[in-house]
Amino acid sequence: MVAAFLTVLFDGVAYGSLLFVISVGMSVTMGLLSFINLAHGAFAMFGGYLAIGLMARWGVPFVATLPAVMIAFAAVGAVAERLLYRRVSRTRPLDQVLFTIGLAFMATALATRLWGPSQQGVVLPGMLTGQVQVLGLELGAYRLFLIAVVVAITTTLHLLVGHTRFGAQLRAAVDHPGAAAGLGIPVDHVVSISFALGSGLAALGGALGIDVLGLDPYFTFKYMVYFLLVVVVGGEGSIVGSAVAAVALGVFDVVGKYYIPQLGGFLIYGVMVILLLVFPGGLIRRRR
Amino acid sequence: MSEPRSPPRLPDDRWRAVDSALWLAPIVGYFAFPEHRVLGSQVIITALFALSLDLILGYAGIVSLGHAAFFGLGAYTAGLLAVHGWGEPLTGLLSAGVIAAAAGYATSFLVVRGRELAQLMITLGIGLLLVEAANKAAGVTGGVEGLPDVPIWRLAGTFRFDLAGNTAYWYSLVVAFGGFVLARRLVHSPFGLSLQAIREGARRMPALGAPVGRRLVAVFTIGAGLAGIAGALLVQTTQFVGLNMLEFQRSADVLIMLALGGTGRLYGAFLGAGLFMLMKDYLARQDPIYWQFWIGLLLVSVVLFARGGILGGIDAVRGWLAARRSR
Repeated sequence: MVAAFLTVLFDGVAYGSLLFVISVGMSVTMGLLSFINLAHGAFAMFGGYLAIGLMARWGVPFVATLPAVMIAFAAVGAVAERLLYRRVSRTRPLDQVLFTIGLAFMATALATRLWGPSQQGVVLPGMLTGQVQVLGLELGAYRLFLIAVVVAITTTLHLLVGHTRFGAQLRAAVDHPGAAAGLGIPVDHVVSISFALGSGLAALGGALGIDVLGLDPYFTFKYMVYFLLVVVVGGEGSIVGSAVAAVALGVFDVVGKYYIPQLGGFLIYGVMVILLLVFPGGLIRRRR
Repeated sequence: MSEPRSPPRLPDDRWRAVDSALWLAPIVGYFAFPEHRVLGSQVIITALFALSLDLILGYAGIVSLGHAAFFGLGAYTAGLLAVHGWGEPLTGLLSAGVIAAAAGYATSFLVVRGRELAQLMITLGIGLLLVEAANKAAGVTGGVEGLPDVPIWRLAGTFRFDLAGNTAYWYSLVVAFGGFVLARRLVHSPFGLSLQAIREGARRMPALGAPVGRRLVAVFTIGAGLAGIAGALLVQTTQFVGLNMLEFQRSADVLIMLALGGTGRLYGAFLGAGLFMLMKDYLARQDPIYWQFWIGLLLVSVVLFARGGILGGIDAVRGWLAARRSR
């Protein structure tokens, strides 16, 4: 009973950490530019497809596809930021919503055209399949791997943001872009780098998540609510907040679906509305 | 000596020749394309739906990603009434409007308190909750299957809803015209002006003594009611209710139409709905899956190059011409 609950809890944490990796970039750009990017999930989706493509076409081992996907989409993100996002980043929220919904439609249609509407599967290496005994609990090896990767990423991000020159510039730009620019911080540059990094991480999350989140052309819209929720509940621009919100959301969703399946999506959407009402500024308030 | 300033005035609300011309177009369309009357009536209904969003979004500036919730609520109200033995169209329409407006009123308090992102999420959340609810309550709503063959009585006891869409066309047109006249009167009133002022600077309006929250609640309720009426129209003219009337796709589509036509202009809703529906009809026949790509591309291009949509573009050209002439 307790063991079963702990296993479900563990699955929830794994799910939540994926949500975190995918949405953290969105949270940072939202904090930097107040830019509402509904197409952020498309990076994750294409990341997943790229990983599958690399494995199928060139026989790249799964673990090796992960850094490749991340680097490739960091580059794509940098280009997209320069060519597309920069042009709408200072417009009305309505324009941003329309623009990114348009991009999400294009991504969905493109993925359907290229890979068909069906679910994609991934063949994981033997090492990462099956169960592992940890402290008397049967835990999925892949989920364990996933959590380890995410913990490593989070630690790196935390060090990057908290203890480097770039991190200081980023925090300054999130707190007050105008003042930061006035102090000679290259805010545009900081935005470009964070956007690229966020896109890369989202793609990495998509590749990591094929086995957990699934992968089909509707990915962008299917998980849009979850990513938005992480950002809003975690507080725009807050990495720690996003992490807490993502894990909480993951646990809540998985535990809810396991124990009260008849509620379905009710639970998560209901919680979303309530959270937004109680904490309109996110769980962890940013100091202004 | 400077000219004495004329006191601020309300917008000119007179009916112009161009208004008459624009409203003659659907009447001409009825006779010109007799084989497309079903599509025509759906365009008109969708235009009314887009108009209801224009009040909320175009005038009051509330970005909603869940406006289909009210459309669907109206649709299910009319559908369920008819299924349970009351298929009279006009009272069905009215009940749908009242129910949707009541739901709009109840949810408006949640919507108007947040900033844009929160508004977006709350409207999205409410929409998704309603889809889940309709899906789970399959015993009442028919779930995924929906309610086919909703029995709708003759309009005014005389006109049967025929397969060719003749009754549907006139019925929708008259109701949409009524909605338009109401919306037009509303946005040209002091109330409508205060909405636009709130859109432009919500923080400054309380200083002028305008109750921002109450104004937004009022317009959200009216918009929801109109959306419900549009939903009921669609059910009564197609005799079908389904989950797709509530779904996110419909909320996104109506947003796209409004952006295409131009927000905050009333006619933008009609123009955008017409263009979008015809394009969708054409593109979906070319390729049932890939058409979304072109819609997305169009949306991206509108935001990049033609902000304000078609009517915004026309205004820009007219402004440019006027500036040239005065030089």
